[in-house]
Amino acid sequence: MSLWVGRQTRLLVQGLTGREGTFHALACREYGTQVVAGVTPGKGGAVHEGIPVFNTVVEAVRDTGANASMVFVPPPFAADAVVESVDAGVGVIACITEGIPTNDMIRVKSALAQKNAAGAPVRLIGPNCPGIITPGECKIGIMPGRIHAPGSIGVISRSGTLTYEAVDQLTSLGFGQSTVIGIGGDPVNGTSFIDCLRGFQDDPATEAVVLIGEIGGMAEEEAACFVAGNFRKPVVAFIAGQTAPPGRRMGHAGAIIAGGRGTASDKMKALAAAGIAVVRSPADIGGRMKEALGR
Amino acid sequence: MKVHEYQAKAILARYGVAVPRGEVTDNPAEAREIAKGLGGRAVIKAQIHAGGRGKGGGVKLAADPEEAFALARAILGMSLVTPQTGPSGRVVAKVLVEEALDIDRELYLGVTLDRVRGLPAMMASRSGGMEIEEVAARDPSAIVREVIDPGLGMFAFQARKLAFALGLSGDSFRKGVAFMQALFRAYVETDASLAEINPLLVTKSGGVLALDAKMNFDDNALFRHPDIKEMRDLAEEDPLEVEASKFGLNYIKLDGSVGCMVNGAGLAMATMDLVKLAGGEPANFLDVGGGANEEQVKNAFRIILSDKNVRAVLINIFGGIMRCDIIAKGVVAAVREMGLSIPIVVRLEGTNVDQGKQILRESNLPITPADGLTDAARKVVEAAR
Repeated sequence: MSLWVGRQTRLLVQGLTGREGTFHALACREYGTQVVAGVTPGKGGAVHEGIPVFNTVVEAVRDTGANASMVFVPPPFAADAVVESVDAGVGVIACITEGIPTNDMIRVKSALAQKNAAGAPVRLIGPNCPGIITPGECKIGIMPGRIHAPGSIGVISRSGTLTYEAVDQLTSLGFGQSTVIGIGGDPVNGTSFIDCLRGFQDDPATEAVVLIGEIGGMAEEEAACFVAGNFRKPVVAFIAGQTAPPGRRMGHAGAIIAGGRGTASDKMKALAAAGIAVVRSPADIGGRMKEALGR
Repeated sequence: MKVHEYQAKAILARYGVAVPRGEVTDNPAEAREIAKGLGGRAVIKAQIHAGGRGKGGGVKLAADPEEAFALARAILGMSLVTPQTGPSGRVVAKVLVEEALDIDRELYLGVTLDRVRGLPAMMASRSGGMEIEEVAARDPSAIVREVIDPGLGMFAFQARKLAFALGLSGDSFRKGVAFMQALFRAYVETDASLAEINPLLVTKSGGVLALDAKMNFDDNALFRHPDIKEMRDLAEEDPLEVEASKFGLNYIKLDGSVGCMVNGAGLAMATMDLVKLAGGEPANFLDVGGGANEEQVKNAFRIILSDKNVRAVLINIFGGIMRCDIIAKGVVAAVREMGLSIPIVVRLEGTNVDQGKQILRESNLPITPADGLTDAARKVVEAAR
């Protein structure tokens, strides 16, 4: 068991024929992911690196049985690409693209809500994220596969390289991961900490969770609320941006302390109050997990 | 991206948001002519991006065109210090000359993203002129909010709810509702991230106008608004940050002495935190991006070292897709070419880390390799002392 992606996942890549799309699609395939299709409008019928290319997502799904999508489409067209997959009934969509306008994401969320209300569950990971990986089974995204190991720790994060740090620490201490999810650094995104926590709560393969947040928004506070009332597995958390100045956007579109809200200290307090082990240094994530699990 | 008040008002006026009559100028004689055209009495407002201009003496009432001339001459070129500018202030290059209106009430209206709901929300309060954060801290119930689905637009009933809460009535009620709907449309159609009217003015004759206006825009959406993109005023931004943005580097200048060069925004923030935990102060946030090649590393060095407070640099790279030996070669080449003299601590982790460390060791340059995050932070803070 694992979360949302595994051996059964059949991946299509939107923007396969671009430089980034090709590079990462091949890395995913090398990791063991079944990469079954590419979609590039106008290039349908071609075969790219042994992967059949389609003009539309709906054709790719019909002909290959694809059930997940990885989106590498440039920002002005990325929201459209995501909604095309939603419309075609793709169940898991990981959008790697950074720089999608907020208003576009609001429209995407509305399309997701309509699909979910119609009883066809769809999960969008990201955008502006490294993707999702179930180690040893399926990698969808740009994370380096080899630092991961199969195991029982779930990881959820708003940041890319910081996730790699945490995973690397876990793996070197002998703690493999059930599923690692990058939810992305944008202010409006597809999957929240709570969505992931719900999944990990119900996943028997997940024993404990690492949560990596950062300044901006209220997602960590909401996660803390959820954990206090509903979550029964150990959680270790780190919040990036303890030294970030207010009012400045720290790289990620969503990483900004606005109107005094969204500070690291507020988030750390909320998480600690929910019984979560909060570390001040990102170097302590793995070690603190070892302590929490008592082995 | 931020714009000036006069630019925000011009954008809002396009959508039918009522704004006072006025014109912008960089010339006192022209200010006199504008004041004449407005009937003599006029308000002279310094145009800088920071708020609190009135408190710093950047907003003045002129009784006649001659006074408008004198005030514009005094304000233009001054270093305006406000609670938001920092002690050095900002040089005023333009003034907005506006009609002076009779004030009945000053209210607050603002639209921004409600991140919890993932939708825009309009906020209204009767405490015009006060910062909304201050109102929220003092009495949250004094702020009324409407979450609005941009796909559906702002319904009239939503605007009515806010207008009633603001205590508007009669003619100003009708004008207030129209004002709010126009403001929301402007916010959505320009891809704004903030549209704030503070104060929203109700005149004695029942007019409803934007006495001040502040608009910020979603950087990611500027590609569809070339006219707004052109309004960017580089003089209002930190020169180093402007320079960094030319090379696709995400750089924010801070006050400390430890320069930081990191790949990834989250790790870059975490690295600043590590420096602080080790007893130092970060000089900057800098994300070199995913492909930290020699050219990028050189550009980053140049930017970081232009800050004269920097006494040591920490390079913290997690080589994921990018291999550590390539990164190490890039760092060595950049240090050699630039002839750097200040201490540099490098922490590499990830693919081919051993080869990377070997390259750094054998370079015979003042580069200190570090083992792990904590060691790196300790070493660089020590070096910066």
